Amino acid sequence: MYRYDEFDRAFVAERVAQFRDQVARRLAGEISEEQFKPLRLQNGVYLQLHSYMLRIAIPYGTLSSRQMRALAGIGRRFDKGYGHFTTRQNLQYHWPALVDVPDILAALAEVEMHCIQTSGNCIRNVTADHFAGVAADEICDPRPYAEILRQWSSLHPEFLFLPRKFKVAVTGAPSDRAALRFHDIGYEVKRDASGALGFAVFVGGGMGRTPMIARKLRDFLPEADLLAYTEAILRVYNLHGRRDNKYKARLKILVHEAGPEAIREEIEAEFAAIREGVLRLPDEEVRRIAAYFAPPAYARRPARSAAFEAALAADPAFARWAKNNVAPHKVAGHAIATISLKPVGGVPGDATADQMETVADLAERYSFGEIRVSHEQNLVLPHVARDDLPALHRALADAGLATANAGLATDIVACPGLDYCTLANARSIPIAQRIAGRLADAARQQAVGPLKIRISGCINACGHHHAGHIGILGVDRKGEEFYQITLGGSGAEDAAIGEIVGRGFSGEEVVGAVEAIVDTYVAKRAGPSESFLAAYRRLGPAPFKEALYGAA
Amino acid sequence: MPKPVLRVVTANRLADGRVVFLAGAGWTRAIGAASLLSDPQAEAAALARAEADAAADRVVDVYAVEVVREAAEIVPVRLRERIRLTGPTAGNSVAPSAPRAS
Repeated sequence: MYRYDEFDRAFVAERVAQFRDQVARRLAGEISEEQFKPLRLQNGVYLQLHSYMLRIAIPYGTLSSRQMRALAGIGRRFDKGYGHFTTRQNLQYHWPALVDVPDILAALAEVEMHCIQTSGNCIRNVTADHFAGVAADEICDPRPYAEILRQWSSLHPEFLFLPRKFKVAVTGAPSDRAALRFHDIGYEVKRDASGALGFAVFVGGGMGRTPMIARKLRDFLPEADLLAYTEAILRVYNLHGRRDNKYKARLKILVHEAGPEAIREEIEAEFAAIREGVLRLPDEEVRRIAAYFAPPAYARRPARSAAFEAALAADPAFARWAKNNVAPHKVAGHAIATISLKPVGGVPGDATADQMETVADLAERYSFGEIRVSHEQNLVLPHVARDDLPALHRALADAGLATANAGLATDIVACPGLDYCTLANARSIPIAQRIAGRLADAARQQAVGPLKIRISGCINACGHHHAGHIGILGVDRKGEEFYQITLGGSGAEDAAIGEIVGRGFSGEEVVGAVEAIVDTYVAKRAGPSESFLAAYRRLGPAPFKEALYGAA
Repeated sequence: MPKPVLRVVTANRLADGRVVFLAGAGWTRAIGAASLLSDPQAEAAALARAEADAAADRVVDVYAVEVVREAAEIVPVRLRERIRLTGPTAGNSVAPSAPRAS
């Protein structure tokens, strides 16, 4: 894993000291709220409905057991004993006091973490495939490039006051597990015909009130050009992005309004001017950073594990967990284990301090001390020996962390919604809880198969509803919570924006509506192997409309 | 007869962000103790007092909230304000072994 160097350590320590002073001056009345607000936002501090909220960056979703323990400790000491993992691989505390934030930042700095650029119109935390470095289908670990982008974009003076926020994601596999095409920039690491490393470049994607799928600007950008090309994109955006209307200020709008060809020409012209300059990545520097992400010292193991297979045969609960929560690993005899943070009736993405410590301990015992956060609000142990999976499952079950639903209908992504958020129009979490409760039967979930239900409590789409196979958007209709349903969205390599199926539903009705959609899919699919998306694309919305609203 | 709509002035406390309501003697966490405002003049005066407290860096985000009396309780009209008053409705990890009083 990456370790801070002297520069990282110095600038994080400096920021903690600065913010401690800023908070003290704010509390003493020396600076006004108007002056303070941009300062607190630059340090990840929001004011929510009940309290302040602090958002912590987890770069490319990778953290160590030591860091996870520190997060648990902060949750216990300064929050209400838990934390909330988000769709941007971040962690949010929902109850910190402003007076405590400087101490929290100091505690984070001790484990090489911070909240810089988790808010504001700057380049946000770079996200990545949560299976990076271990996925069986991976071309190359994308995290060294995410780390290079993190270093380049941290406190970059030219890009701290962009027209709007800016999100970058990096993947290293043809399967898109990071919603690449819904980011301002998505880089997919690949090899060209000669075997050289580089990137497919996707630009101008996003969710929010105007969802857009990113356009592919380059099929192959050589590795050495990563920063020069990124800077060229940011410069074109910084120059032409709208600053007169925050709803039209994202790069996606610029790409849409100017047209991808015009934008490509501008970016390529800027890139040509700076390509051979200081931003050209030296090969030795890429290798130096990549060395931090070198695979751990896996023991040589046979591909088949007798212990694993015995447990599969003996324990149906383990078999169900293994089927849904265990993914193939690139190294023989190993597996990737997803820890679902979606127990039926729970709050999607929440983990108690005790659970965080359990995960830290289990990662140390079974996963070389490494943990990932997925944008689907789950945790991942990336390096588990197949022989250890039964013991890991037992330990997770003891901590209430063995929910065997990864990728199934009850693995619902939901934003905090009106239970916490000042922007929300409707609640998300209780809807997720009730839908999960309705679809909870294990055999039924298994029969339905993979299904992505995504819920946002407002048009800003933090719950990724546009990318849900079934998306739910909460709106305020004359003071009542009301929910619009979209169908056919995907955040994967077949990215699509869900289409509104028809008139919306009350909070009471929406659970039954989702169940009707699920039942219609199961009844009309060509067979259990036809996915929801494939069935929707074949059938169109008509059978779903009929199930929801009756025959036309 | 629809219940008469009254108003209370609310804000978040600067130091810890907690929801507070304007009362005769200052700010209170208990809406039942808040000053109930029944006419525009009273509301304007209360908002002016509250804004002065915001300017004096005690609270942030001052505004007036519609409430009604239900039995002995003062209840905000809008769901958002009811959630601000009583906390998240979502259960579970929001009510663990809380080590800190809020």
